[in-house]
Amino acid sequence: MRKLPQIFQDWFASKGWSIHPHQQAMLDRADAPALMLIAPTGGGKTLSGFLPTLIDLHDAPHGGMHTLYISPLKALAADIKRNLRTPIEEMKLDIRVEERTGDTTATMRKRQRADPPHIFLTTPESLALLVSYEDAPRMFRGLKRVVIDEIHALAESKRGDQMMLALARLQTICPDLKRVGLSATVEDPAAIAHLMARHPDPCEILEADAGPPPDIQMLQIDEPPPWSGGGAAYAIPAVLEQVKQHSTTLIFHNTRAQAEIFFHKLWLANEEGLPIGIHHGSLDREQRTRVEAAMVRGDLRAIVCTGSLDLGLDWGDVDLVIQIGAPKGVKRLVQRIGRANHRYNAPSKALLVPANRFEVVECVAALEAVLDGELDGDPRGAGPRDVLCQHILITACAGPFHADALYAEVTSAGAYSTLTREQFDACLDFCATGGYALRAYDKWQRLIQRPDGLWQLRDPRAARNIRMNIGTIQDTDTLKVRMKRNRGGKPLGEIEEGFAATLTPGDTFLIGGQIVKYEGLREMTVEVSRDSAKKPKVATFLGTKFATSTQLSARVQRMFTQDSWPELPSHTAQWLELQRTHSQLPQPGRLLVESFPHDGRAQTVIYGFAGRNGQQTLGLLLSKRMEEMGHSPLGFVATDYATLIWSLDPVEDADALLDPHALQNGVETWLAGNAVMKRTFRASATIAGLIERNSPQARKSGRQATFSSDILYDTLTRYDPDHLMLEITREEALRGLVDFGRIEEMLERTKGHIDHLQLPRVSPLSAPLFLEMGRVPVKGDAEERLLAEESARLMEQSGLAQITPGPSDKPRWRVGY
Amino acid sequence: MKGYNFTLSGASLTALGSGALWWPDESLLVVSDLHLGKSERIARRGGTTLPPYETRDTLTRLAADLALCNASTVICLGDSFDDIAASQALPEEERQWIFQLQAGRRWVWIEGNHDPGPIEFGGAHLAELPLPPLTFRHIAQTGGSGEISGHYHPKASLALRGRTITRPAFLIDTDRVIMPAYGTYTGGLRANAPVLSNLMRAEAIAVLTGPAPTAIPLQR
Repeated sequence: MRKLPQIFQDWFASKGWSIHPHQQAMLDRADAPALMLIAPTGGGKTLSGFLPTLIDLHDAPHGGMHTLYISPLKALAADIKRNLRTPIEEMKLDIRVEERTGDTTATMRKRQRADPPHIFLTTPESLALLVSYEDAPRMFRGLKRVVIDEIHALAESKRGDQMMLALARLQTICPDLKRVGLSATVEDPAAIAHLMARHPDPCEILEADAGPPPDIQMLQIDEPPPWSGGGAAYAIPAVLEQVKQHSTTLIFHNTRAQAEIFFHKLWLANEEGLPIGIHHGSLDREQRTRVEAAMVRGDLRAIVCTGSLDLGLDWGDVDLVIQIGAPKGVKRLVQRIGRANHRYNAPSKALLVPANRFEVVECVAALEAVLDGELDGDPRGAGPRDVLCQHILITACAGPFHADALYAEVTSAGAYSTLTREQFDACLDFCATGGYALRAYDKWQRLIQRPDGLWQLRDPRAARNIRMNIGTIQDTDTLKVRMKRNRGGKPLGEIEEGFAATLTPGDTFLIGGQIVKYEGLREMTVEVSRDSAKKPKVATFLGTKFATSTQLSARVQRMFTQDSWPELPSHTAQWLELQRTHSQLPQPGRLLVESFPHDGRAQTVIYGFAGRNGQQTLGLLLSKRMEEMGHSPLGFVATDYATLIWSLDPVEDADALLDPHALQNGVETWLAGNAVMKRTFRASATIAGLIERNSPQARKSGRQATFSSDILYDTLTRYDPDHLMLEITREEALRGLVDFGRIEEMLERTKGHIDHLQLPRVSPLSAPLFLEMGRVPVKGDAEERLLAEESARLMEQSGLAQITPGPSDKPRWRVGY
Repeated sequence: MKGYNFTLSGASLTALGSGALWWPDESLLVVSDLHLGKSERIARRGGTTLPPYETRDTLTRLAADLALCNASTVICLGDSFDDIAASQALPEEERQWIFQLQAGRRWVWIEGNHDPGPIEFGGAHLAELPLPPLTFRHIAQTGGSGEISGHYHPKASLALRGRTITRPAFLIDTDRVIMPAYGTYTGGLRANAPVLSNLMRAEAIAVLTGPAPTAIPLQR
């Protein structure tokens, strides 16, 4: 057992603390090449990660950077910096801690590269950028440890893949670098350990005591939740009552729009004027920082927030977590609950508030899963190659490289350990020449191979563009929102460009908890003024749609087969009874299909319980089939349980529609033409460096210079169908879409057991589907029909129809001149 | 030819779904802003290596239009090449293709801001072409009439029950037509952009390209 130096022992004693067993274990194994700690939030995880560093730096002076800390959130880096200050100042340690994120000033960044601090706190994107500089070896010289915080969150995304590739680079620069990962409770620690360690190094996993089980319940509200909707407005008085009874409450929402609406209503009901704040990723940074500071000071009684607070920020004394809306995944719920009660060994207290009756079922299922200790999650496949392409370009920015060495380095990252040389070479060729069957760019290659075999940028000036496009987060184009003033008013936050385009002057929407009126667009900034309206036009900006895990959806399906539901509140049990009366509940081994008119369209719901990805695939296949059958489908939306398709004409024969053989025939072509593929292409092509993100300047200077990525997708599909970028698009799309096999199996199993009900109106069970986000449009015959209708209407309305001849082939007469 | 029929200064014209303009009485086909060689230009200037297939795709569509109408005159309304160097760097196969399309017909290259100088392809090279009652030029001039121009790549949007369709569009009023870009790698400028709505009269229409060209009032 490694003993704490005296000064550390004294410091612990002065705080009345003793070292946690897992902190001691981390210290004992400080020399392991890779080490992962799994601890619940509040288990002193951060100190476990940094203790060996602090002791090292106390024992022996160190020139340059000693420890690199990477976190998925900028705010987390700032938080850690603050937390480290206490022990460093109180023990008078000579240690410099600095952060570098997208918000760090240029002067500071420059100084950090010339004179790096002992402990350097950053994000994956900033790390990738630093690795792309020629002086990276100098900046990271002597680096001994890297601490990756919240690695469970990073491991689920391309950000994590990018970070691991950057770490492989660092490991080459600093061969003795030790890796430490800090993770919340996860279902498969070994999988994350595999991603984290240098392949094939082992990675030891330490599990801290999970602490007492959480105290988690549904919030008891007298009023029943509505049939559908996500706002949970009915719960406002009950939530406010809970806020009053606790010192600090976090109120989690699944989307930013919901958080805005809830906050607004909560504020209207807050007669006592309790200090309540709002925090989400669309808000202006200044506003967020202010809320964070108030939270740390303990000035706020409650904070309405989204996933931006999911990760382990230290928010002082939170004693209650309220989750509005179904948590959609057991793991996410457990991690959110962990936000409450930062005292180790005290149970976290959480309340669930379902927003509608379907969510009551989901919440009960999630509660049972938490009590059973069941976590969910799907394994990720091999490392995505669009990220690899970006990494190759980043490497080229740092200087000439050898392909063999880079291949060896890349395959030392766990996610890429199965990458073949052939696959790697295809990515390198793509980066160098575009990789087209038509060798068009021999003269203008991006990367060229020198006589000595090393690869380098043809034009060193390209490095600037590549650096500007580093990152794997796909942000939709957003516009800044400001108060209209003479000289630039207060910034409020951002909204999606698509949402801004739908606004006309005078429209009202919610941002930062206040209702504002749209005044106009000035130089890519949305100008607004305060408005006293009570009811805004809702902002749909940046709603992240969480998929319910398959494990949870299976639990829900089992609940539907019960005769009665004593565990459910009576209103929800009645709702399920109502479905039984008006339609029926989905039965195992059978497939329920409902058709009814609604909203001027024919609606069809297929309850396949194939999981969101499976239902999405089914939506793509069925909309194609409906197009062939002449139903003119307009679009579809998928949840974990069902797919809703709307069309101009109704579905009459569900057996014909769901004929597995006919659907199979469509599979060959369905992948190529659909909106999901185009969306995926756009994301992957941007990451791989084929498309450059538009800078705000470029957008301002006129948009006819840029063209849609759909054009590139269509062109490639037509002229170079075997191109790497299309191959990557298929790979990436399949991560999100379950392959046809699972749908086929479901259809074969239920063939001849399809219950197709024609109903006069929306069924109770299908009502929530109409509020789902992530609607996929179907382009086809219906679009041309609608276009012709709308055109005729508009021309008639404007009076232009009388003075402009319509499209016709009438004989024309030559006019003399 | 199927399309949207209208008259401008007495000339009967058809806006085709492909984005070309057909003047049957003169057997004349107009296309604008082909931007051939765009991918080569972007790569040459240190940008990304886009799929190098836009020239063949654009020529394929032009060949299809020509096969249908068998025009005796073709006017390319400027920005036919993404720049002069791009016109010189076209692969041999694509050069031959242009020669084939030119064979047996009058061919006019109007200069655009991207291709302001002479190019080495056959045909006439003109700053603008008056062909009464019409005038063909790259960029619209205020006060012009009977004017056919390109340059702005207009596109128009129409909101249809919960979705928006955006397509390249002809802008038409009693003085002028501003044509959509014909080239494959071209984006668009919204028809309600000030520069376009200042040029067009209040009663102007936008004709959306596509399988069935469709007219709507020009939204402002």
